[in-house]
Amino acid sequence: MADTKPIAPDAFAPAQVAETAKEQIAAPNLTFSQDALRRLKQNKAAVISFWLLVLIFAAALLSLVVTPHDPNAQNLNYTYLPPKWGNLHVPFFDGYQNGIDMYAHNQVPKGTYFLLGTDYLGRDLLSRILVGTRISLFIGVIATLFDLVIGVGYGIISGWNGGWVDTLMQRVIEIISSVPNLVVVILMLLVFKPGLTSIIVAIAVTSWITMARLIRAQTLKLKDQEFVLAARTLGESSVKIAVKHLVPNLSSTIIIQTMFTIPTAIFFEAFLSYIGIGLPAPTASLGTLLNDGQKALQTQPYLLIYPAIVIVVLMLAFNLLADGLRDAFDPKSAH
Amino acid sequence: MTEALVKVRHLVQTFNAGKKDEVRALQDLSFEIYKGETLGLVGESGSGKTTTGRALIRLYRPTSGEIVFAGQDIAQLKNGTPQMLAFRRQTQMIFQDPYASLNPRMKVKDIIAEGLDIHHLVHSSQERDARVAALLAEVGLNRDHASRYPHEFSGGQRQRIGIARALAVQPQFIIADEPISALDVSIQAQVVNLLKDIQAKKGLTYLFIAHDLSMVKYISDRIAVMHNGRLVELASADEVYNHPLHPYTQSLLSAIPEPDPDRERQREPLVYDASMAESGERQLVEVFPEHYVLATAAEVATYREAH
Repeated sequence: MADTKPIAPDAFAPAQVAETAKEQIAAPNLTFSQDALRRLKQNKAAVISFWLLVLIFAAALLSLVVTPHDPNAQNLNYTYLPPKWGNLHVPFFDGYQNGIDMYAHNQVPKGTYFLLGTDYLGRDLLSRILVGTRISLFIGVIATLFDLVIGVGYGIISGWNGGWVDTLMQRVIEIISSVPNLVVVILMLLVFKPGLTSIIVAIAVTSWITMARLIRAQTLKLKDQEFVLAARTLGESSVKIAVKHLVPNLSSTIIIQTMFTIPTAIFFEAFLSYIGIGLPAPTASLGTLLNDGQKALQTQPYLLIYPAIVIVVLMLAFNLLADGLRDAFDPKSAH
Repeated sequence: MTEALVKVRHLVQTFNAGKKDEVRALQDLSFEIYKGETLGLVGESGSGKTTTGRALIRLYRPTSGEIVFAGQDIAQLKNGTPQMLAFRRQTQMIFQDPYASLNPRMKVKDIIAEGLDIHHLVHSSQERDARVAALLAEVGLNRDHASRYPHEFSGGQRQRIGIARALAVQPQFIIADEPISALDVSIQAQVVNLLKDIQAKKGLTYLFIAHDLSMVKYISDRIAVMHNGRLVELASADEVYNHPLHPYTQSLLSAIPEPDPDRERQREPLVYDASMAESGERQLVEVFPEHYVLATAAEVATYREAH
């Protein structure tokens, strides 16, 4: 212990603080979403996932305008060409297979390259992956729409009204959710041709169930909160309470659940196309590409590997971003 | 005394009527609240205090009975009718939990102005901001707090925001549902004094629900004691404190801790036996002028004799 100098009591003087200054809040004025964004930025995996998704979205959207080759153009002279990146001679990407330059062997003109190779009909794999990704993302957007429109609305109405309305609506949900998704799609095939329509209708019927249930549970919790009671004592109508008080407080649940619905829907479409009841040929989707690639797995493994990588990255990125969003919006649930 | 602002007649509130989990929350409640007074409502947890408050402000639809507010029976008004909207402006509530009573996603400005918007009391955003600033000043908050979110405030500050929200529509009658029980003791006095100041300034009528008897005595003109959904005693604050008649009131008062350790050691809590109230027809009788007790005719006679 070092020597401490005694301090004379008269060295202290009471601080003069104005009454209003005591109530001052020094912290910056952050809204809830700014605060959540700040927390999200601290989560590296989520940030990387976010930028990966932006990249994939951009590439998929770009494929609307331009693709390296026509994704559906067949050229039987170019079948099963391995990937070739110009004249860079990168191993596995130099156009050689079993020591033979397949590009020279098939008499591909100089300057024509297939960055990820071609399939059994000579179609460019990269272009088909881009188009397939676009279809997957489109399915994701559709599922989100149904989640937001049907799921959120259904959940709020059911939870807010309570009583017999709630009981009836919950029984309907139970009936719908007791039919397996695959069965719903197969039933759709009786009415529609296999293709996007039947997949979208199947998603419309089934995808919003989880969202509706979550929203209902949250609404039940919120509707007895005192700020909702306060709005009622002020004379606010039910519709306005839903818009002004419920939806903003449900927003984190909505965003998080959406981020889980999208990959589920994408995977669902890929799965249907893979087993052959999804998109019909020649439309490329990640599922059909996997299906085609699997047939040539032993000779041309790249046909399976690249679409598989894309779908794995998509799934992982969506799920990691969803996890990050959940932690950002609901810090209490973070472990 | 002065005229009654609120007259409650045979108010009954039953939840889940006819089902297995039927709850008879309020059983035949009758009382009046005079203009400009503070009526304290006390009782143990589950006695129906909050239900009474919520039925009076029509968050619940009473099963039967009348609630006459300023000459109009509002017990069965439907939501959305012009009469209901007018009633909503005249009666406001201050809530128990300052952490749950403010929407965490709204700015203080919008929370306070919610009533102004619903009842179209302001016509421009400048007027709205000015009203909000005036209300904030009235409850002792800074005007730059308007653009903040509720989570940045302390419990006492939040409760004052809640008071400002209630005052925004210029009500006559305010139901305070345990407004201080969630607050720190040092802040309780601050909020209660604020409520008293506002009452003196605006001539408001309060129904003050609480279970802290000493705080209720401090703020109330009259006190109503509730037990099991019934009113057991209603008299002026001093009468209830000094001459409690009903055994439940006596038991409740005997439970107040004494600040003096010697006296606290000698304090003997009286145990109230609820089964004694099950026999006999009981009614709220005016045993002495302005002193009502729930009792049988025989008990009334004993009360009067003992005096």
